[in-house]
Amino acid sequence: MDFSKIYREEILEHYKEPLNFGTLEDFDMTSRQFNPFCGDEIVIFVTFQNDKISDIRFQGKGCAISVAAASMLTEHAKGRSKEELTKFTEDDMLSLIGIDVSETRKKCVFLALGVLKDCLVQNAKF
Amino acid sequence: MKNHKKDFPIFQNNPDLIYLDSAATSQKPRVVLDAINEYYTSYNANIKRGIYPIAEKATAKVEEVRKKVAQFINAKSKDEIIFVRNATEAINLVAYSLASTSASWRISRGDTIATTIMEHHSNFVPWQQLAIQKNADFLVLDIDQNFKFQISNFKYQIKNAKILAITHVSNVLGTINPLKKMINDLRTVNADLIILVDAAQSVPHMSVDVQDLDCDFLVFSGHKMMAATGIGVLYGKKTLLSKMQPFLYGGEMIREVTIQNTSFAKLPHKFEAGTPDIAGIVSLGAAIEYLNSTGIENVLKHEIMLIKYALEQLKNMQELTIYGSTNARKRGGVISFNLKGIHPHDVAQILGEMEICIRAGHHCAMPLHNRLGIPASARISFYIYNEEQDIDKFVNGLQKVQKMFR
Ligand SMILES: Cc1ncc(COP(=O)(O)O)c(C=O)c1O
Repeated sequence: MDFSKIYREEILEHYKEPLNFGTLEDFDMTSRQFNPFCGDEIVIFVTFQNDKISDIRFQGKGCAISVAAASMLTEHAKGRSKEELTKFTEDDMLSLIGIDVSETRKKCVFLALGVLKDCLVQNAKF
Repeated sequence: MKNHKKDFPIFQNNPDLIYLDSAATSQKPRVVLDAINEYYTSYNANIKRGIYPIAEKATAKVEEVRKKVAQFINAKSKDEIIFVRNATEAINLVAYSLASTSASWRISRGDTIATTIMEHHSNFVPWQQLAIQKNADFLVLDIDQNFKFQISNFKYQIKNAKILAITHVSNVLGTINPLKKMINDLRTVNADLIILVDAAQSVPHMSVDVQDLDCDFLVFSGHKMMAATGIGVLYGKKTLLSKMQPFLYGGEMIREVTIQNTSFAKLPHKFEAGTPDIAGIVSLGAAIEYLNSTGIENVLKHEIMLIKYALEQLKNMQELTIYGSTNARKRGGVISFNLKGIHPHDVAQILGEMEICIRAGHHCAMPLHNRLGIPASARISFYIYNEEQDIDKFVNGLQKVQKMFR
């Protein structure tokens, strides 16, 4: 279906078969966020090695946009350093997902990003 | 029924628009827009204060609309009609006023305030908060598996309740509560119970008679019945309103002000502080005229026809769940549903790209969605300008959505 600007093939593929979907038995950090507007929920688990994300998984339920965003973000985060990811902005997230979303749907794009950031900050405390 | 679409300029400006979200707000017919324009271009003046002709005309117009509203819902007197911003403000007016009035029905610690699980947040949160403030018990009537209330199940608790706030038609399930019988039953259990009816989803679509219902208060919003946004109505029995403390203080609502004290104006002005939305009131008058000329019973008939048709079309769809009764005669013009494996926001967004406007989310009814065990749903709702063709295009759109996600 090519009429949709948002639901491109790539987004739908990530939704139908998300990358890094699942949990980690031994994780260093986890965080969960809920978007009451949609009822979407994303949980992320990460392990670190030398300050770099060595493994990452996410779980949750939500709309195609929030799941695709989580799938793409977790893939992007793998192997990257905390410092690099701390600098990763909402604008970077929009370029990563590569679609032009409306104000209301931005919350869906940013849900996983918020959870990942939380994992980084929490870890900084240790 | 005649084709109403042509009376609505929005459909001329957007010829492919399929508007299925009238439960959120309705479109406006040209006569309503013209009436607003006429007010601003030929007799714009503040009401009550001016002693010149256009001010007299504006004042007379507002009172004429008040009378029209009173007749439309069969209130005993036009003094029982209070203009507010919307249904939400009307409910808050009652809640705040009951909280501060020193009468036997003042809410205090240990009293019971009741509402229901199917309420819109605007008829839920004000009562919940009032209960918290006053240390009162907050009773939430639950629905049975047929999405109905069994008053007999709550008899004991209702006996002690001071107020019950209940919707006439659910904006999610479409359930039409049989209020006349319910109110009658409730009054035999508890003669002092104050009953507020949220008629935001009923007054625009069906004949509502406040005397026949025997409710104490009834609220609705103009924007859902083809009037402008910013105008709503509170109906209240005179016996109660006259004893209640004003909600907002200021100009227009006073009789005499001295440094020490203020005496308040008579009903309904006691509850109308400040300059009202005069253009909004004018628009409400025009909308009621439009509804009267169509015949409110024809509006309902048309919607029952559409609901029946829509339920039939949707019945054949795979992996689609409808919430609420499947009997078209027992429900308002609202159908909430979910497609398996597809988030309602995705459904609404993709349909939106096809110029099909539907609503997705919790529809300001989170407690009900929790009760149904779902985070969100998609919803279509109808009004007099909708046609079977709109439903065909919608169903076709849904099939496309399913194909995309397969
Ligand atoms: C049943 C019900 N009650 C109250 C409201 C609130 O109406 P308003 O936002 O106009 O105050 C709505 C509107 O969605 C509604 O559907």
